[in-house]
Amino acid sequence: MSETGKNTQMMLGNAAIARGAWEAGVKVVSSYPGTPSTEISEEVVKYDEVYAEWAPNEKVASEVAIGAAISGVRAMTCMKMVGLNVASDPLYSISYAGVNGGLVFVVADDPGLYSSQNEQDTRRVARAAVVPCIEPSDSQEAKEFVRLAYEVSEQFDRPVIYRTTTRLAHSQCDVELCDRVEPEDRPYERNIQKNVMMPAMAQKRHIVVEQKMNELAEWANDCPLNRVEPGTMVLNGKKIGFITGGIPYQYVKEACPDAAVLKLGMCNPLPRRLIEDFAKTVDELYIFEELEPVIEEQVRAWGIPCIGKDRFTIQGEYSANMLREKVLGQDLHLKAAAQVPPRPPILCPGCPHRATFSVISKLRLHAAGDIGCYTLGALAPLNAVDTTICMGSSISSLHGMEKAKGHDYVKNWVAVIGDSTFMHTGINSLINMFYNQSHATVVILDNRTTGMTGHQDHPATGKTLKGEIVPAVNFPQLIRGIGIENVQEVDAFDVEKLTKVLKEETQKDELSVIIAVAPCALLKGQTHPYKVEPVPEKCVKCGACLRIGCPALTKAEDGSIMIDRTMCNGCGLCMSQCRFSALERVKA
Amino acid sequence: MTKSIMIVGVGGQGTLLTSRILGGVMENAGYKVKVSEVHGMAQRGGSVVTFVRYGDTVAEPIVEEGQADVLIAFERLEAMRYAHFLKADGVLIVNDWRIDPIGVVTGAMKYPEHIIEDLEQQYQVYRVDAMHEALKLGNSRVFNNIVLGLAARHMDFTREEWLKVIAEKVPPKTVEINTKAFLAGYEQ
Repeated sequence: MSETGKNTQMMLGNAAIARGAWEAGVKVVSSYPGTPSTEISEEVVKYDEVYAEWAPNEKVASEVAIGAAISGVRAMTCMKMVGLNVASDPLYSISYAGVNGGLVFVVADDPGLYSSQNEQDTRRVARAAVVPCIEPSDSQEAKEFVRLAYEVSEQFDRPVIYRTTTRLAHSQCDVELCDRVEPEDRPYERNIQKNVMMPAMAQKRHIVVEQKMNELAEWANDCPLNRVEPGTMVLNGKKIGFITGGIPYQYVKEACPDAAVLKLGMCNPLPRRLIEDFAKTVDELYIFEELEPVIEEQVRAWGIPCIGKDRFTIQGEYSANMLREKVLGQDLHLKAAAQVPPRPPILCPGCPHRATFSVISKLRLHAAGDIGCYTLGALAPLNAVDTTICMGSSISSLHGMEKAKGHDYVKNWVAVIGDSTFMHTGINSLINMFYNQSHATVVILDNRTTGMTGHQDHPATGKTLKGEIVPAVNFPQLIRGIGIENVQEVDAFDVEKLTKVLKEETQKDELSVIIAVAPCALLKGQTHPYKVEPVPEKCVKCGACLRIGCPALTKAEDGSIMIDRTMCNGCGLCMSQCRFSALERVKA
Repeated sequence: MTKSIMIVGVGGQGTLLTSRILGGVMENAGYKVKVSEVHGMAQRGGSVVTFVRYGDTVAEPIVEEGQADVLIAFERLEAMRYAHFLKADGVLIVNDWRIDPIGVVTGAMKYPEHIIEDLEQQYQVYRVDAMHEALKLGNSRVFNNIVLGLAARHMDFTREEWLKVIAEKVPPKTVEINTKAFLAGYEQ
């Protein structure tokens, strides 16, 4: 309890969204993990009144939430922005059908690309799919706006996109806690005019959708999501004002606390009257929004002069320093950053992917890669992965290469895909390979978890988001069920066997699937009871052990090998690279 | 008054836990607090930064270049990478420890020498050999509370305020050793 007697708690933006969902009476949540959205589902499952699950992908997750909403309860689905691409098919159609119980898509953008493959702006998708887009700017709002999102969803019969960014999702501040208010389930009534999107129905629904959005745009002029904060700041004789929202709002308050601000908590649809009235109160209007000029384009289209992307970048995260320099014209006399070696993320010590990549690299195979920790296999010294596009694309793009260049060409290639990514969309690509007579080789890097996002379960781990033990999808059985006979499992750390199997399978004139299994080194119970130590008298300083890129190994000035005991996990992969027995296991 | 603290290190070193201890201490003292973390890809052995800001009001959750009052670095190279975030009168606490980035491991780059000596020319630097101190206590993983202990000497909170939050945030079985670790740094 704080001094004011309110019940408050420090919360991550993501935990606050989960709390908001619980308070708003949400009953069903279905998601697929993706940084920076993952913790929402992990937090919401802790509330007993909410059913929450991991689905195999975002399309499935969205459809689960859609079904729950059609049945009459409040439902949510959470994903990162590229996940919404996978879920865009259901999104665009549920936009026409509308909702029964409220429906919210929480979508996390990643300005600055902390852990993503592109910098796309979900607000654009909201406009394209004609759905409202709500955006909080700290953890308190992150909780509060969820309730408002459900009110908008039900009042205007719209699914709602709830947009966050990495900085919002992973920042903490005090949040005032409230009780759960569970609305009564709405009755379900069969209504094919609303819930069956055949052309004749969809034509009529399109009219309704536009009408509802117009009503919402009018409501937005006086709604609790948008607010004007009057200001007095004058710059070069001109009164300045900002239209902003989300985390950039905080930078405005930091650098220009006295400026007039129109803070938009809903960036689609935009409140025309509110914006026009605000613009009249200032002499110079800045639109301060990260990524795309979504607000700016609309403001300009209404004939309101403003400063936006002509002054502020379209890439990366914003800052208060950006405003100090580009609006206030200050010279900050910042010191230059020191020129130091970069420290990119790497595969952890004991990572089974390193073992598989060491073999792929040694056999000089090209690998069509996928999304996960193993994307890091593209970097030196492993240099194993050639391509990474999107979830599931390793398998299908390798198939495309074979059809383009003939099947001898792909004898020098494999597709590599993680277990969770294989469940996500890789399975469809493999069915296509089988159907269209591929001869290529697919390697499933099965580390028994969704690693990169922080160890989430999936259909093949045998455990649910709630921690219940359930039957696991069996990969060899699943793949044989498709009709692919050439399937084998190999221990990822059995370098000798993996080398033999990879050599044989890539040369075969038929489709092969190799499952390289070993649990992620960070999973519980995966630390070996020993460490590896160099045997200096046997070491010829050839450096072969360094080529696997294990961060526990370093080369001393004289070329000898040192192993950091605090990092070594005892996996022994380095030993398999040494022909001189100059590395040995000792008890930890 | 708003103060800005940065914690930098290598993914896996525990910057997240340290930032949460800092946040807890400041919140207990009645300040408004914002903590900003990096999860995901950057945790896999990459360079990691977390921010803690506290005061009467706090708007942005990040610390920007030239704005840090205290920079806590769990590794030398990371201290060097982020030193320019310090204010002119800012304090740099550095763990005298080296972790080679992959470019150095493969031999493509050199790990800079005399980092701490060079930083001392420009900043107010306090160093601690926390890893060896932690090993003496029997667990290398408590090194970050040794570094935090030294940093705490340069912030306006009592020893008891720190120890209370450490006891709440670290795993229950490790409270005793983490308390010892903090005090080792605090009393250095």
